[in-house]
Amino acid sequence: MRVALMVPCYVDMFYPEAGVATLELLEKLGVEVDYPFDQTCCGQPMANSGAVKQARATEELFVRNFAAYEHVVAPSGSCVHHIRNKFTAAADTAERRHVSAHVWDLPEFLCDVLKVEAFPWAEFPHEVTLHVSCSAIRGLFEQSMSERPNDPWFSKPRSLLEKVKGVEIVDFDRPDECCGFGGTFAVTEEAVSAAMGNDKLERMGASGARYVVSADLSCLMHLQGCAHRNREEFQFLHLAEVLNGKVQ
Amino acid sequence: MKPIDQARNALAFLEDDTHEHAFDQLIWGLRERRDAAAREVPEWEQLRTLASEIKEHTLSNLARYLELFEARAKRNGVQVHWARDAHEHNQIVYDILSSHNVEWLVKSKSMLTEECDTRAFLGQRGIEVAETDLGERIQQLDDEPPSHIVGPAFQKTPQDVADLFHRVYGSDPNRPDPVYLAQVMREQTRPLILDAQAGMTGANFAVAETGAVVTVTNEGNADLSANVPKLLICSVGIEKVIPGVEQLAVFIRLLTRSATGERITQYTSHFAAPRMGGEMHIVLVDNGRSQRLADERFWPSLKCIRCGACMNTCPVYRRSGGLSYGSTYMGPIGIITMPSVDIHRHSELPYASTINGSCSNVCPVQINIHEQIYEWREVMGAKGEFSATKKAAMKVADKLLSNPRAYRVAAEAGGSALGVLPRFAIYNRLNAWGRRREIPSPAEETFHQWYARNRTGAAQPPETPAETTEAKAVDDERA
Repeated sequence: MRVALMVPCYVDMFYPEAGVATLELLEKLGVEVDYPFDQTCCGQPMANSGAVKQARATEELFVRNFAAYEHVVAPSGSCVHHIRNKFTAAADTAERRHVSAHVWDLPEFLCDVLKVEAFPWAEFPHEVTLHVSCSAIRGLFEQSMSERPNDPWFSKPRSLLEKVKGVEIVDFDRPDECCGFGGTFAVTEEAVSAAMGNDKLERMGASGARYVVSADLSCLMHLQGCAHRNREEFQFLHLAEVLNGKVQ
Repeated sequence: MKPIDQARNALAFLEDDTHEHAFDQLIWGLRERRDAAAREVPEWEQLRTLASEIKEHTLSNLARYLELFEARAKRNGVQVHWARDAHEHNQIVYDILSSHNVEWLVKSKSMLTEECDTRAFLGQRGIEVAETDLGERIQQLDDEPPSHIVGPAFQKTPQDVADLFHRVYGSDPNRPDPVYLAQVMREQTRPLILDAQAGMTGANFAVAETGAVVTVTNEGNADLSANVPKLLICSVGIEKVIPGVEQLAVFIRLLTRSATGERITQYTSHFAAPRMGGEMHIVLVDNGRSQRLADERFWPSLKCIRCGACMNTCPVYRRSGGLSYGSTYMGPIGIITMPSVDIHRHSELPYASTINGSCSNVCPVQINIHEQIYEWREVMGAKGEFSATKKAAMKVADKLLSNPRAYRVAAEAGGSALGVLPRFAIYNRLNAWGRRREIPSPAEETFHQWYARNRTGAAQPPETPAETTEAKAVDDERA
C-alpha cells in the first residue's frame, strides 16, 4: 500500500521527530510512504479565522499535492478534521472531494485501515496521561464523548497506546474538556487560553503521571508552553513516537 | 460603536482568581449534574432528536401555530398583542399598565424583557419594576445585567451577596450563608409582591393547543408574580410556541435535566386565563426572530429552549464570566444569536470560542452551535469585519502558505522559522502567545530537511532571500 504523508507546518518546524516517527512507524507496518515535497499547510489557520478567500490558494495547493494518492495520512487530528470536513475554500472539484474523503488521522489509519493488532518493537514503561483533542473526539469521532453518556465507550488512540508494552495510562479529571489551544484563539484570547491550559495541566499533574501523550501536537505545543512557563516537569510526546518504539 | 472586546473583559474576570475559580467550579458542577441526569434516561439521545424535530416542525409552520395559539388564548379570555420589535413590546406593556394606573410592578425572570430593556423603559415613565427571581433581583440591586440565562447572579460568591445585601438592606455582612441570605431576600421581596398592582412573566413555552403560557421555575416567584396582582402580562418570543401538551412533555423532560441536572423543577405552571375579576395579556414579540428564521444558515438557533447547557459546558464561558460578552445572551448561544441583532457590535464574539464542539453535543434541541460559530466567522470575513492587523496577517499567510518556495525559505531560515505558525501568534503586535506561555523552539532541522537528507539523497538548497519579502511584511507590521 502506498500513502502520502502530510506533515503539518508546525510539526515540520517544531516537532520534526513526530514526523519521522510517523514515517518510520508506517514503514515498519509495511506501508510505502511518499512525502510530497511541495506541501506547506492545510489552510486551517486562515479558514478557521473566517478568511475563506485567503485560504483558497493554500487549500488548492494541498489538493494538487495530494490528489494522486489513495490515502493521505497526517499525525494531526485538527488538520485532518479541517481537510475532511471544512475544506470549502478550495474549488469543489473531484480532486478536492477525493482528498477530503481519503485523508486519515494517524490513529484512524492504524485502527480502521491497517487494523494493527500489535507494536512488538515498542516498550514504554511509564505512567502516561493521554490527551485526545476536541477535533479527534467531536470532529472525527475517534473516541466517545462525555457529552453523550449513554453511548458505548470506545477510543481509537487509547486502544493503540494500550498495545504498547509497559504503558500505564492514568485517568484525570475532565478528560475531554478543551485544552484551550483553539488555533488563533490561543492568541486572540490568550488569557483564557492559558487559563484553560493551566487547568488541564493541573488535572493531568494530579494523576501523578509526568508524560503527556497525544496525536495532536498543536494541543501539546500549547500545553508545553504553559508547563515550561510554570517550570513544571512534564514530557510531551506524540502518540507516533511511543508506537514507533524509539522513545524510552 | 466599537465591537465588544470579549477578550479584554475576560481578562479582567480572570485576574480575579477567587471568582474565576469559584465560577468554573460552580458551572462545571451543573454540567456534571446534567451528565448524570442524562445517563438516567436511556432514550436521552432519541429525546434530543425528537425535541429538535418538534422545534423544526413548529418553526417551519410558525404562522399557523401562532394563529392557533392566539385563537385559543382569546377563547380563554386573554387579550393577545403582537409586537414587531422591542420598542413596540415596551410601548404595549406601558399602555396596558398606564391604562390601569399601575406604578408598581413585580416581574419574574424573562430574557425577552432583558432583550427589550423593558425595566429601563418603564422606569423612565414612572413605573417601578421589582424582579422577584432571587438571582435576577440580586443583579437588579447591583445594577448589572444577568451573567447567565438560568442563574443571573452565578458569578457572585455568597460573600458578594452578603456585602450587597448589607449595602442595600443593612443585613449582616458577616453571614455569607445562602439560607440566611435567601431569608433576607424573602422578607424584603414578599411585601413588594403583596402590594404590586400588576405582575409580569416571560414564558418557557407557549402551547398552541391550549393557549397557555408555561413557566418552569424553582422559587415559585413566577406564580406569585402572576397570581397575586389582578393584572398579568406575559411576554412571549414567537419562537416559544409548540404544538400541544404532548410535545411539551418532551421538552419538560429535557429542559431541567439539561439546565441543572434536576429531573423536574418545583413548579411547572400553565397560565391559561385571567383570574376571576382580573385581566391577562400576552404580548407576542418578533424582535428580529422572523428575519433570522429566513436565514438559511442561522435559523436553527431559534430552536433554543434557554436551558443554558451550552454555557455550562463552554470552557471559555466558565473562565470569562457571562458579563464579558457584553450582550443580552452570552456564551455559545449568545455568540450565534447576537450578531444577527447587530453584526458590527458583536463581530468579535465568534472568536470567543475554541470551536471544540461540546456545546452542540449537550444542546437538548441539537442546535449545531459550534458550526454556526465557525460560519459566523466566515460572515465576518466576507463582510470585512476584521481588524487591520488580522487582515494583514491573513494576507501574508495566504501568500506564504500557498507558495512552497517562499514557505520553505521562511520555515528554514534559522530563527525566522518562527515566521509561519507563530507569525499568526504574534500578528497583533504584542507577543500574545508568549505572555503566559513559552514559545516553542524551532528544531535544528525541519522534517522537510531531514527527509531530504535521509530519504532523497540530495538536500534542497534554500531559495533566494528575495522570497522572504512576505515574511518581512509582517515583521514590519509588528514593528
